[in-house]
Amino acid sequence: MSKGKGPIHERFALIFLFVGFGLFAFGTFWQAVSPWLSMRHIPYEKMEDLAKNMNPEFAMLARDFPQEFQQYYGQYGEAAFADALETGKKAYIAEACWHCHSQYVRPVSKEEERYGKVSYPSEYQNAMHLPQLLGTRRVGPDLTRESGVHSNDWHVAHFKNAKGVTPDSAMPNYLWFFDDQGKPNKKGLGVITYMQWLGHWANPDSYYRLSANK
Amino acid sequence: MMTNENTGLVNYTLVKFHIIFAMTYLVIVMLMGLIYSLQLLQWNPLPELSWLSPGRLRIIHTNGAVYGFITNGFLAGLYWAVPRLCGYKVLNEKFIGWFLAIALQVAVLGTVVMVMFLGMAQGIEWGETPALLDPIITAWLVVLAIQFIPPIFKAGRDRPLYAANWYLIIGLVWVIMVYFMGNFIPEYFIPGVAGAAVTGTWIHDAVGLYVTPIGWGLMYYFVPIMLRKPIWSHALSLLGFWGLAFFYPLQGVHHYLWSPIPMYAQYAAVICTVVLELAVITVIVNFLMTLRGDADQMKTSVAIRWVFVGTINYAITCLQCAFHVLLTTQKVIHFTDWVPGHAHLIMYGTFGFWLMGFFSYLWPKVFGKESYSRKLDEYAFWSVAIGMAVMWGDLLAAGLIEGFNWWGMVHFMDSLRNVVPFWFIRTLTGVAIFSGILCFVANMVLTITKGKGPATTQKLQPAGGVA
Repeated sequence: MSKGKGPIHERFALIFLFVGFGLFAFGTFWQAVSPWLSMRHIPYEKMEDLAKNMNPEFAMLARDFPQEFQQYYGQYGEAAFADALETGKKAYIAEACWHCHSQYVRPVSKEEERYGKVSYPSEYQNAMHLPQLLGTRRVGPDLTRESGVHSNDWHVAHFKNAKGVTPDSAMPNYLWFFDDQGKPNKKGLGVITYMQWLGHWANPDSYYRLSANK
Repeated sequence: MMTNENTGLVNYTLVKFHIIFAMTYLVIVMLMGLIYSLQLLQWNPLPELSWLSPGRLRIIHTNGAVYGFITNGFLAGLYWAVPRLCGYKVLNEKFIGWFLAIALQVAVLGTVVMVMFLGMAQGIEWGETPALLDPIITAWLVVLAIQFIPPIFKAGRDRPLYAANWYLIIGLVWVIMVYFMGNFIPEYFIPGVAGAAVTGTWIHDAVGLYVTPIGWGLMYYFVPIMLRKPIWSHALSLLGFWGLAFFYPLQGVHHYLWSPIPMYAQYAAVICTVVLELAVITVIVNFLMTLRGDADQMKTSVAIRWVFVGTINYAITCLQCAFHVLLTTQKVIHFTDWVPGHAHLIMYGTFGFWLMGFFSYLWPKVFGKESYSRKLDEYAFWSVAIGMAVMWGDLLAAGLIEGFNWWGMVHFMDSLRNVVPFWFIRTLTGVAIFSGILCFVANMVLTITKGKGPATTQKLQPAGGVA
């Protein structure tokens, strides 16, 4: 750092260095820290808290596949629900489902009509969104309000062969979600639990509002 | 001062090593992209096995492009440019240099194995590298800064620093901070919407605070060197620098517009993104004004053509960005193919083109041979450039169709069927780009094996140059 000579940005290099850090800190504060500050009062729900609010599709899953359910998740109940949700989330991330399915309904472009209630911050303040899975692309439809849109059997068929239930679907088949008998394995049950959980608290009535417009 | 002969400043072996790996990864990630595009057309030729699942291959496509292709390419450029810019060698070639070189390939291949075979991808866009590897990569980035900042620091004591060095320093420092922030905080600490805001900063900072400053820094070295004339304006280069420093960190949230993230963050992101284009324009104007009067060199030198067509692509993407970041435009184009079209033009059409320009300039020099085939080079350029342009326009059109179909409440499956012809054209452009790259690689191989020219640089290389 030369002294007293040269252009202005060389003379005050140290000051400029701090300005540079300062700008970065300001940007980070505005874009990352302050959204966190403004939402920190929303209570954070851990997996156990979420598991208390079980949706009926999970009970139906336990009833439809009793043997598999017993084998992979044990007794039906909150612990099994938490385990299945966690497994489902892990598979959702590992298979990069979130690259093709978003998880937020925007208040524009008639998305409320297509997908359901517009997303709001508190429904993301939980362990299922650590890391967040909002997504940035829709090759397939949004999944924010997926709960109860389709039946469990539909999901089983769809994960096994998407084109079988939705002709021309671009979705790959996930054969490794199923065991040798073609019944869902731990991953399969977990992913279906996750799909049926998504937004069940905001969907008007379940059973099954197979909308013509999805 | 700057001769083509090896004065011992530059370690040619490291430059060669990184160029070879960059091009290898480029071929691999392009292949992954092609397979993924076939999945959308329902022609995926691969068996339905978990490790060949298109979702996993897409991660290899994007992360391989940034960490495999671009990072290796940057390292090749840095090993060439920094010592020549500064007049000092990098800190340590033998240990740090080879540690960085090998650790990077281990990290990239580790990502491939863990994502494809073990299903360990992380749920963070552009950071799908497994969480296990993140601390290692952060440490790697610290070592990267330690390797390249000392020669720049020494040069700064001798004379005022040239703008390229400014960009390189800030890029090397920023990337450590943003990588740490983007990969750890939303993964372990901040959930939900606030986590999305942090993730957004990383999605954008991977491009904006890592690829952009280092890419610009290298361009500020290679443009004047390749044209053999000084840069047009130093004042503009610094204006661009401060514009980048001020407006880039503020725009991450524009990846989640109309989401539940607080609107003040969204407004700031939109405004800063629009204003940032001014900073980008300073850079583009600077490069193009440097070219002024020498534009005929784009005819005679394919390397210069890569670099400047990349610059024009950059201008197009950035103006496009200022337009599509607006909240009104977002109603239509968000979530659609428009965005991948934009992303391809920036990551490959700009930074990829620049790197391929640098490589075609460096490759004959580091081997001391003439480029073997002008024809292959020309084919590579035109095939890739036309493929890229058509892909961009095609995906934009597909995005508009999807966006308006969704807004118009068209059945989702019909909106999908409506863009299948565009996806078909996209696959064709992918084939064109892929074949162009294969020609580029073929020419690189033939240059070594059959290229003419006295191997003077090889002889001049001091014993210490080869590790």
